Formats: sequence, structure tokens, C-alpha cells
Amino acid sequence: MSTTTFSVTVRVWRQEGPGKPGAFADYTVGGVNPDMSFLEMLDVLNDDLTAKGIEPVAFAHDCREGICGTCSLVIDGKPHGPHHGVASCQTYMRSYREGDVIVVEPFRARPFPVIKDLVTDRTAFEKIQQAGGFISIRTGSAPEANSVPVPKEVADLAMDAAQCIGCGACVAACKNASAMLFVAAKVSHLGLLPQGQPERDRRVLAMVSTMDGLGFGSCTNQYECSAACPKLISHDFIARMNRDYAKAIFRSSFKPVAAGADE
Amino acid sequence: MATLDSKIPPGELSAKWVRHKAAIRLVNPANKRKYEVIVVGAGLAGSSAAASLAELGYKVSCFVFHDSPRRAHSIAAQGGINAAKNYQNDGDSVHRLFYDTLKGGDYRSREANVHRLAEVSVDIIDQCVAQGVPFAREYGGLLDNRSFGGAQVSRTFYARGQTGQQLLLGAYAALSKGIAAGGITLHTHSEMLDLVVIDGNAKGIIVRDLVTGAITRHAADAVILATGGYGNVFNLSTYARGSNASAIWRAYKRGACFANPCFTQIHPTCIPVTGDYQSKLTLMSESLRNDGRIWVPKKKEDRLKPPASIPEADRDYYLERIYPSFGNLCPRDVASRAAKRVCDEGRGVGVSGLGVYLDFGDAIGRLGEAVVRSRYGNLFDIYKEITDENAYQQPMRIFPAVHYTMGGLWVDYNLMSNLPGLFVLGEANFSDHGANRLGASALMQGLADGYFVVPYTVGDYLATQKPGSRPSADDAAFKAAEESVAWSTSKLLTVKGKEPVSHFHKRLGHIMWQYCGMARNKAGLEQAMKEIPALRAEFWENVNVPGSGDTLNQSLERAGRVADFLELGELMCRDALAREESCGGHFREEHQYPDGECKRDDVNFAHVAAWEFAGDGKVPIRNTEPLVYETVKMSVRNYK
Repeated sequence: MSTTTFSVTVRVWRQEGPGKPGAFADYTVGGVNPDMSFLEMLDVLNDDLTAKGIEPVAFAHDCREGICGTCSLVIDGKPHGPHHGVASCQTYMRSYREGDVIVVEPFRARPFPVIKDLVTDRTAFEKIQQAGGFISIRTGSAPEANSVPVPKEVADLAMDAAQCIGCGACVAACKNASAMLFVAAKVSHLGLLPQGQPERDRRVLAMVSTMDGLGFGSCTNQYECSAACPKLISHDFIARMNRDYAKAIFRSSFKPVAAGADE
Repeated sequence: MATLDSKIPPGELSAKWVRHKAAIRLVNPANKRKYEVIVVGAGLAGSSAAASLAELGYKVSCFVFHDSPRRAHSIAAQGGINAAKNYQNDGDSVHRLFYDTLKGGDYRSREANVHRLAEVSVDIIDQCVAQGVPFAREYGGLLDNRSFGGAQVSRTFYARGQTGQQLLLGAYAALSKGIAAGGITLHTHSEMLDLVVIDGNAKGIIVRDLVTGAITRHAADAVILATGGYGNVFNLSTYARGSNASAIWRAYKRGACFANPCFTQIHPTCIPVTGDYQSKLTLMSESLRNDGRIWVPKKKEDRLKPPASIPEADRDYYLERIYPSFGNLCPRDVASRAAKRVCDEGRGVGVSGLGVYLDFGDAIGRLGEAVVRSRYGNLFDIYKEITDENAYQQPMRIFPAVHYTMGGLWVDYNLMSNLPGLFVLGEANFSDHGANRLGASALMQGLADGYFVVPYTVGDYLATQKPGSRPSADDAAFKAAEESVAWSTSKLLTVKGKEPVSHFHKRLGHIMWQYCGMARNKAGLEQAMKEIPALRAEFWENVNVPGSGDTLNQSLERAGRVADFLELGELMCRDALAREESCGGHFREEHQYPDGECKRDDVNFAHVAAWEFAGDGKVPIRNTEPLVYETVKMSVRNYK
């Protein structure tokens, strides 16, 4: 347990509301303990600002253990901060030293408009999910769980993809604001499992077209997304989704048409 | 006095649910779309209920305060979900899961509810696998299991250390499917701030949009609350920062009884507190106790020595010593109290003295680091991030922390509160875990309630309500409730005091932890009941909530929640004081056996205490529902 505290300057993006102009503001935070989380440091700042009559900095957070995907800070230019494989809430102040100036911004991407300060609107991800990120199983109609064996390697790979926390760091890290890693993770998770096969083509086509329609950019294979991902989801899933997509497009063009149907 | 009719169906325990389902009223398919059902919360219970009800044809509106339903704190559950599948051929059965859960709850839950939970547990696994939940599997492709506390079989299904996440994503996918199909309207950033009751029936809610500040009225034929537990009354807990009691607390103030509020679970294996700035405590999954061994030094003077330098002979593996048959896998309340005892004896480790070791040295020696890593790697990673210590090389330091609340709004067998039309699911109700919840049972209960109980029982209520009889949101009761919400919101903004909300929350947390935590006594609880009202008065005079009510204002959100905690905390202490016995997580120091175990009083306290609001500033009414056991004999819990 460390007892020596220090001070840092945080340079924070302040923006009153959607579409309003924003600017950076500098604040000094004293009494920083190395065991503090980055968000706890912002809590201390906010209590300070409240006491001084300045409105606290809005930032998104909830579970504070790296699983809910709410927190979404760009710290010194990196989504979720300096460390690999962790969310903003799992960044600790032991990574900083006395006198450091830390720049804190919201995730920046056109499909994620700023709501206030460091909080963005990620509803676009909901729309993609609703386009097909599910297996259509009605409650009560499921077969016995062990009736369909799933090879361990397949289940493990599906789990690697399924770990996505839906934070959007992949989008924020990408110069094109592409959502390919997010979509690929969901498409791969469900597409790998036997239960996901009946809707496999429909799912990838619908999710990709919704993603495109929402203004996310294209993937140019630089993999900034995987590097920023707090769950280190592999960009290999993007390649897998591209293959799935190509196959689905090919198959869909040979869809049989019922006799007598008007084309 | 409220009427508390548990509506437990008659007949043989194992046949109750089947017969009940066959006997309750149905709503005809063409009429279902004429009914609107509000679901507040979209964790496991809320998402699964909303999705299942929409599949049946009801019009569902789902409200969440998060930006997405996938953020609900069910997502953080680590270890697993119990089900009586007996895939391990180790003698498990519905009866055993029922019995373990009832006994684990120290005989303070309803037999019939717990039996139903065990019955539907098997359907949950089928449902989740069909949704694509990537549970851990064996090489043969079948589902794997592990063990959890309070059981001598392996019945816990898991997805690495992220079982809650995967189950929630399954339920969230079902919810998303319902939204896409048009059966569910989703309202995000929407916090329920009041319940509207008309002619004694719950008929709607008042909601504040957290982004725009707009306050709106929503009418429905039935209201379902699935808003989780209230452990954040302690400020420091394993809950998410946003988890709050406001929805259930405001329903309580509209007449819904609050059952067993003092039953809180303190989880034995969390990362210890480091400082006053701390905002949350992080759980280290109970599954770690499958392979980790808990110990402290035998001698006080060894407590700050490097653990590796303490020889085996000088270590006290106290759970294995005191509870040889369950060992490190004894139930949570038992393990937490044992940790408190050894720390009280001055043998706690770490600078604060509030810690015990969870040691994987033996497991790594026996299985190798790679196997330990494959089982618990993500938990070891979390531990490293928070503490900067490597648990492969030195034992973890852990300490108990607030983790779950068994208490909640009172519900009958149909999960309906004493207010007709108000249903309460998951952690928000009180029904299945008695005075202590066993590990891997919260996920089970949330999904049981949402997928397999409420879809039937809501229909039984709606069948009594004429289609189209839903009141308009312009009804006077709605307007009055809306005005009351607007008034209390603006009141928080106009205090303009000096102290930020967080200071009040911390101070309340200290009071609750000190007097209503792992051990309670009369003097302490009476002290707390003096301190809490004083703190509440100070809050309303001196809280500083900056900003306005018409934009995103996180201070305002928290102020409203803390204001409710300041009332709820007092009720918890009142309940703890009235329950003159020890049971499960409720340990009254006056009522213990010489060895420090809980001493229940089945003659006077084999009942549910359901508190009824009597008006602001008035003492609430303590109603009781006797716990009648038809099958199991209440006995002293023994894990030795």
C-alpha cells in the first residue's frame, strides 16, 4: 500500500451539450494516491469542482470493474488509456507521476455524438444489435442443453468473441470510425455455434448493412481496434466476418423464388 | 395493516408449481396485445421478462437508466449459475438444489418458492444454450460444471469468469429481438422516480429522462420492477456505482411492503479497502474457493511478514479447521464471519489488518500454473490491475464486502407485491434466498423469475383487468405523482449547501457498515437510528447539487438516490433491531452459540418481516408472514 500522494493536471474536454462547441479546461488534482483508479481521481476532481461552484465533469461509468462497457475515456489520445486489455475504469494512478498533464477526451466518432463533456451517445450499437445480433429462440422452446454437443475449441473461440463489452473503443481507435470489430465479434460468436447456423447469413447481412447505414466507416486493416479493445478481441474475427459476409451475399443471390411470385 | 397472502398453492411440494400453472387464469392470444406491461430494469430478470412477455404478445415498455440494457449490473456476475441437471452424475437433483438453497438461506425463505426455483433451473440452462451462451465445455462437447459454496455437488455452469455477462448478453439479445420485432419499446437513460397507484392497483410510473431532464408519465396494465438490490446503501460495495434502490423505495412509499430489509450479504472474497477515496470494492469470484485455500497466521506478530516466510505449521487454514466437511466452500455468511473473527483477533493481514490470504500455492503445485490460469486467469488479471500484486506468486489478500441484498419488496408466490399489478423480480424482491444467498443462485433466480415465472403469473393478474381498462396517463393520480417528482427534483437543486453528495453517501456507508454490517447489536443499531436521521436532516440542509435539472446532471441523479438510501438505511437498522435472533447474514451478537455460530429463534422469528410505510416521519408498520414448512424440518445449519 502506497502512502505518498502527488498532484496531476487533467486537461478535460468540456462540452455543455450535443452540437454545442467544446473546449479543453485544465484542472489540478492534488492528493492523488497511486492505488486510486483513474475514475476515482475524477471523483476527487468533481468533489473539488463542486466545492468551488464549478459544474463537475460528466463522465460515463458504472460497474468500475471493466465489464459493463460504460466507461469510455480517451486518455492521452488512447481509448481507455495507456494499458492494453483494460477499460478506463481499470486504469490506476500508479501509471502517473507528480506533475503529469493528462489529456482526457470523449470517444470521438461521428456515430457517437457527445451528450455532455466526456459522455457520448452509443445508441448506434443498439441498432446494429437489434438488426440481427440474436438467435431467434422463443422462451420455453429450447431443446435439452446437452442434446447438441459443441466442440470445446469452438465454444472457447465463440467465448473469445462473446467477451465484447460493447464499449465502442474499437470505433474510437479507428481513423475511419469503423465498427467492424464490434460487429465481427457478435457475428462470430453466434456464427461459430451450431445454434447460430439457421440465421447465420441473414444475421451478417443485416448487421453489416445496418452498420454501414449508421455512418461507421470502412475497415482498412490497421487493427487499431484490437489494440484498443479492453478485452483484446482479435482482428481475426473481422476476417472471419468478411468470409461469412461474402458467402452470405453469394448464397443470397441464388435464393430460390417461389413459382408465381412477382419479381 | 397490509394483507400478506402468500398464495402458496396447496398440495405436495413438488407438484405445486405444475398444478398452479395449470390452474391460473389465461389471457386469450387476441387480447394480449391490448395489455401494456411496463418493465423497469433490464438486467437478467428485466430483460428476460420483457422478452418473454413480448413473445407472448403483450405490449411491453422497458425502462433503463443506463444508455443500454447491456450495462445492467447482472453483467458483472463472475462465477456461475446453478442448475439441477446432474450432468456430473454426482447425485444432484431438484430436491437437493432446493434443500441446499433453503438450508443456505438459514430457513428464512419460502419452501414453495425455492422448490420452484430448483425446478425451473434446468429449463434456464436449456434456454441459455439455445440462445448461444458459450458456457464452458468438456472435450466431448458437453457442458462443464464446477462447485460453489454450500453444496457438495458440482452443479454450477459457467462461462469463464464472466457468466453473468454471457447470460445477460443472451437475455439482451432476446430483448433486442423483441425491440426489432416491435413488441418492446425501449426507453434508455430513463429513471423511474415514482409508482402510480390507482384504486389500489399499480397502473404506471413516472420517469425522468436523465439526458433532457424531462419528466413523463407512463400508464400500463401492470408494472414489473426488476431494478436490482440496494447494497449501495453501504456506499462501498461490489455493486455498480449506479445501482440504486429508488424504484423499489418509491414503490414502498406508495404502499408496497419491504420485506426483510436487514438481510444483506457480505461476500467473503473481495479485494480489501485501500483508502477513503475508494468508490467501489471488487469481488474475487467464489469459484476461486474451489482451488484457493484461505488462511491467516496463527500468531499475531506474523501478520505483516511476507506470507512465503510463514511456515505451514504457523498458518491457520481456519475454514478447513472449523468446517472440515465444507472447508473453503462453506456458505458466504459463514466464511465472512469467520474472516471477521480472525481479524478481530488481530491476525488480519495487510497494513490495515483487515485482510486474509487466499492462497493458490497448493493448486499451482498440484495442477500447474497453466491450469490455474485457464480456470481463473481473468480474475488473477483483475487482481493484478487493482493491487499491482501477482497472485500466481503470492497469495491474494481478500476481505468481506457488501455484495447482495436478500431483502426486497414483498411478493407472493406469483411474484406480485401486496399492491395488485405490481410485480417484483430478481434481487429487487425478497423471495428465494432467505437470510443468505448461496453462490451462483442470483443468476438462477433472475432468469427463473423473468423467463419462467412472471410470463405465467402476469397473465393471471391481467385476466382480472378488462382489456382497455387501463387508466389514461392524464388521470389525476398521474399528474399528482409527476408534480411530486418535479418538486423533489427541484428541491435537491435548491438546497445549495456546501457538501457534495458523495460525502453524505460515505458517511451513511460508515454508519451502516459499523452498526448494520457483518455483526449487529442492540446498542449499535439504536445508535445508527439516531445518526441516520441526523445525517438525513443535514443532507437536506447542506447538500450541494450543482448544475440544472434540464441536462445530464450526474450529481442530481446521485443526490436523489442517496436521499432514498438515507431513508432505507434507517429501515434496515429498524428491521435488524426488531429481529432478535441471528440467521444467515443477519448476525446479532446477542444471539450466538458459544462457538460464534448463528442462533436462530424459530419460535418467535420463523417469519418474513414486511414493513409498511406509514407516512413520512412515522414509524413504519411491521407486518409478518409466517414461514410454514410442510416438507423440510428447520434445523441448525451445520457445515462442520
